[in-house]
Amino acid sequence: MAPPTIRRSAFRSGMNKKARFTAFTGYLVASIGVLIGAVLLAVSMWHPSLFSGLRTTASDAVSPASEAGATVREEGSSFFQAISGYYRAGSKNAQLKREMEIARVKLAEADAVKQENIRLKAVLGLKDRDPQPVAIARLIGSTSSSARRFAYISRGRDHGVTAGMPVVAPKGLIGRVLETGRSSSRVMLLTDTESMVPVRRSTDNIVAFAEGRADGSLRIRLINLGINPLKPGDVFVTSGAGGLFPPGVAVAVTTEVTKDGAIANLLANPAATDFVAVEPSWQGNIEAKSKTPEAEKASSSEPEE
Amino acid sequence: MISSSNSRAHRDAYGSQINRDHLPILVYGIPWLTIILASLVPMVPFIALAPILPPLGYLFLLTWRLVRPGLLPLWAGLPLGAFDDLFSGQPFGSGIFLFSVTLLSIEAIEIRFPWRNFLLDWFTASLALSVYLYACFLFSGAQLTSIQLRLILPQLLLSIVLFPIIARIVALLDRFRLMRIRKVR
Repeated sequence: MAPPTIRRSAFRSGMNKKARFTAFTGYLVASIGVLIGAVLLAVSMWHPSLFSGLRTTASDAVSPASEAGATVREEGSSFFQAISGYYRAGSKNAQLKREMEIARVKLAEADAVKQENIRLKAVLGLKDRDPQPVAIARLIGSTSSSARRFAYISRGRDHGVTAGMPVVAPKGLIGRVLETGRSSSRVMLLTDTESMVPVRRSTDNIVAFAEGRADGSLRIRLINLGINPLKPGDVFVTSGAGGLFPPGVAVAVTTEVTKDGAIANLLANPAATDFVAVEPSWQGNIEAKSKTPEAEKASSSEPEE
Repeated sequence: MISSSNSRAHRDAYGSQINRDHLPILVYGIPWLTIILASLVPMVPFIALAPILPPLGYLFLLTWRLVRPGLLPLWAGLPLGAFDDLFSGQPFGSGIFLFSVTLLSIEAIEIRFPWRNFLLDWFTASLALSVYLYACFLFSGAQLTSIQLRLILPQLLLSIVLFPIIARIVALLDRFRLMRIRKVR
């Protein structure tokens, strides 16, 4: 039996006056909707941050549920890891023992390097970067069907997060905060096409810009053009230029060399990251530190790196 | 002799026909609710480095419109698009515009092709999806490069392949929507 609410189209032949009027109003309101949409779209393309209040309120409203989802995902994955850990336990044990021995040697070497590092830094008068994170947040979502690459994190204005702060995962830079709500914020990921980070090669001072390509990789554009010195496998870290990102945070590793730079893959894959740290903007950091004379010396010697 | 009451005599797929009727909240609420929930998919903890997921909010709107014509009012694109914009990462207004245009143009197509089958619906949906995805990309404010144009193809293909599955889900929800739950006194 046919369900009762079927109606093929808004207009049919043999409609009475009232039905015709209702259909006409429908068309009218829909056309007005198109117009409103077009106007709003033009306005928000011209001024992208205009509706951020609306957006952040909405993401605040659903972020608790989202955060719960993130917790479940994490626990779920650790549950499966625990089960898969029982397979091949013996061979894994032997392998871990071998790795442990190598790691002990490496640790001793690293200690030596650390000592030397401290000594050299003391000679130069440099201070260690002490990233006191503003907040530790969960990644709770991303715009997975849009051409723009945004992610949502579970901390906002109430936790001290402001727009422009860098977002860092244990393995490296993820992006920067774009909009903040009360308890959630929107992060522009490094792979967004509008994202641009000043970087340098970790081994020397070759400076470049890392631009997002929206397909999960970054484009490294060298600032000094000439013979391209890059090789696959080169690691890039933030240079600290521009004052937004703190220097020395790992960003990407080169996979393919192009004419004017390289294509690089992210080191910190947001898809594999549960927790991220929101760090204060580097510029603000310097201003706060410059009150003490030794920190001022440190910050003034930073750009020469 | 007439056999005594058969328990299935006055029942159909939607439940008993005696003393029971549809529940208005379900009849009109389910399409809206599913589209709103599908629009919330960006808040699922799945961090994508490239646009992979099909635009589920739009896909559900399209499917409800094609499976049950006339159920969603013509102006539904305005509120549903606005809600989708809040989470999709598109500039505000892109969803309102594209959702409304879709509903209006499907209405116009339907007047010209009143007799349709599923394949024609699928074709309409594929056409609408490709226009929608490229328009979204155009409006998103991302840089227009050839990589971007190629990047949308897997997403488009996935969306088109997903349409029959979503149509089945919508048909299932439709049966739930029309369950006779309300008691008539």
